[in-house]
Amino acid sequence: MELWFTEEHSDDVRFSIRIVRQLFSKRSHFQQIDIFESKEFGKVLVLDDSIVITEKDEFIYHEMMVHVACAANPDLRKVLVIGGSNGGCVRELIKYPFIEKIDVVEADEELIKACKVHFPKITKSLEDPRVSVIVSDGLKFVRKLNKVYDLILVDSTDPFGPNETFFTREFYGNCFTALTPQGILVTQQESPFYPQTAAAMVRAVTRMKELFGILKLYQAQIPSYPSGHWLFSFASKDAHPIKDLDKVFWKELNVKTRYYNEEIHSGCFALPNYIKEDILNETN
Amino acid sequence: MKNSQDRAPIAEALIKNVSKRTVSFDVPGHKQGQGNPLLRSFLGQQALQYDVNSRRDLDNLIHPTGVILEAEKLAARAFKAGHAFFIVNGTSAAVQTMVMSVAKKDEKIIMPRNVHRSAINALILTGAVPVYVNPGIDLNLGISLGMSVKDIALAIEEHPDAKAVFVNNPTYYGICSHLQAIVDLAHAHKMKVIVDEAHGTHFYFNKLLPMSAMAAKADMAAVSMHKTGGSLTQSSFLLIKDDKDTNRVRKILNLTHTTSGSYLLTASLDIARKYLALNGEKLFNSVIALADYARQEINEIDGYYAFGRELINGDTIYDFDTTKLSVNTGGTGLNGIEVYDLLREKYDIQIEFGDLGNILAMISMGDSTAKVERLIGALDDIKDVYAKDSILLKTQEYIHPIVRLTPMEAFNAKQKKIKFKDSVGRISGESLMAYPPGIPVLAPGEEITSGAIDYILYAKAHGSFITGMEDDSMETIKVLEV
Repeated sequence: MELWFTEEHSDDVRFSIRIVRQLFSKRSHFQQIDIFESKEFGKVLVLDDSIVITEKDEFIYHEMMVHVACAANPDLRKVLVIGGSNGGCVRELIKYPFIEKIDVVEADEELIKACKVHFPKITKSLEDPRVSVIVSDGLKFVRKLNKVYDLILVDSTDPFGPNETFFTREFYGNCFTALTPQGILVTQQESPFYPQTAAAMVRAVTRMKELFGILKLYQAQIPSYPSGHWLFSFASKDAHPIKDLDKVFWKELNVKTRYYNEEIHSGCFALPNYIKEDILNETN
Repeated sequence: MKNSQDRAPIAEALIKNVSKRTVSFDVPGHKQGQGNPLLRSFLGQQALQYDVNSRRDLDNLIHPTGVILEAEKLAARAFKAGHAFFIVNGTSAAVQTMVMSVAKKDEKIIMPRNVHRSAINALILTGAVPVYVNPGIDLNLGISLGMSVKDIALAIEEHPDAKAVFVNNPTYYGICSHLQAIVDLAHAHKMKVIVDEAHGTHFYFNKLLPMSAMAAKADMAAVSMHKTGGSLTQSSFLLIKDDKDTNRVRKILNLTHTTSGSYLLTASLDIARKYLALNGEKLFNSVIALADYARQEINEIDGYYAFGRELINGDTIYDFDTTKLSVNTGGTGLNGIEVYDLLREKYDIQIEFGDLGNILAMISMGDSTAKVERLIGALDDIKDVYAKDSILLKTQEYIHPIVRLTPMEAFNAKQKKIKFKDSVGRISGESLMAYPPGIPVLAPGEEITSGAIDYILYAKAHGSFITGMEDDSMETIKVLEV
């Protein structure tokens, strides 16, 4: 029997993976959670019909979420991860000895439990003594804080579902207040290739620019995500992602990575013209 | 007929009608969407197939004998009314029908000064005479309140020939009058009570909410099902307590009501009534909990005051609708209009309205905790980023109007422009209102007093918004030529 999972990347584009078996399916208070096993991508976590991670390419996403900011600011001590209950971001963060505290805030307790059962290799990182997992609405959690974190990572799903909040001015504004004066906010900003997500990215970036002195977009290639071309944002109060990169220091830390390296660090901020000119309306 | 609230006769008849695949040579000309592909792609085939004309098995709104009458009876049961009329011309049509049902030309009707314009329009149509009652003002919040029973008793004593008392309950901000006492008092003096319950649909479906008009045994109520009840915009119910009045009220309603009522609107009323009758208690429990949570969190942020049941004073604030999230913004140094604009432009959050002192967010059964967190988070961020020195708004006491001509006479009279400051003693042709608190100072047909002029000029000088004057510079005012 043929069993395929299909995700609609747009109204007219589909992406399919052959499924060996379904491991988990449950509707939580927030979303539909599905976990499959596949031949090509290993285990796949799907929320509301969209792929969130696959075992095969999650390292690209998680390394790019974490190392760009950590390499640009070796002074960071306290980190907040919003979402990210699968532990992928935390696995990368705990590679840095100078990080003292990592708080993971996730609203969906069912998702935390399901990841723990089906992605034990990744969620193992959450057992590091520096890590606390807090079940709460992300915006509510940051709203009550003032100058607490040096880095906030927003490991969210797309801007049209239950994580819509994480693309809004009120969320970015409260993150700004929760960050220390050298604080950095890193978010994933979907694919620039399809118009709907590109427009959402432009809205989100406009909101962040109203708050942060430094705002740069960077990119990565992630095969299981729509178009495979993915954007991240680096918003910072002080540290510049390229000028403040201390390559020697980072090398000495001897952090093991499979995607990220110093050349990618500088190169990933170079954006294609179609993004700069057509989407961001920047002129060269 | 048994009380089968799980039925929706109009919606069911529409579904059946589609399944028959009848070919239609009647209006509307888009013929279930086939004739207008642009509209079909915009609204969808699903909606357009139900946009049909009255036909035998679908009944008609003007003189219902079939599924519409059945749906009206089910709605009446749900609202514990004698009869319920399906209204598709907006709640304004229901308010006008109420006024026209209780007072004819030159007959008096007691009403709060800040009554909705639809009631004034009904007075223009009928020639009835308003007897205005001070709606009560909270000087700190700058909002109008409910009517005091004492003030109504006084109006009844001064105008024993009045035919009815008109009550606005709850107000936009969720303030309720002592409806039960007002009804008992009016009935003891052989007066009818009609209630503009535009913002109170949910009162009928949850025990924790304030008393509804029908529970208080008021004679008629206009209920905006579309506001908090989940039906489509423009659809409402007109409720009457005594079903013996049904034919007379229907005749009055039909004077202004459309002869081709939209089935999308009537079916939405039918389905919304079914949904609330079956689930209202549970749905509004969570709406109340969500609004209470928001109030509590917002009150922890400096500069905001999300007011609630603590305002209750046994009279002009007899009860409070806790689903209304009203927030005084004075402590942030921002007025409500500024906060409204910031929310819309910077945060992509649309709230119900903002006035000089307050904002109002409507919390309904369509909301989630995450959405409410966005509003709270935005208010918090606005305070951090935009707060100024706090402002103290000046709100004045009530000004008693002197009604010289009925609204109908004033509407039909010839008018001319004269200097505003020289207009003492003339009869106003304009309706002037100062925000806060949004209570008219002058209305057409009323004598312009020096007190009214002084108040308007004072309010403007102290940052109030004056609305209703044709001349923006406020140099001139239109008065009646008589």
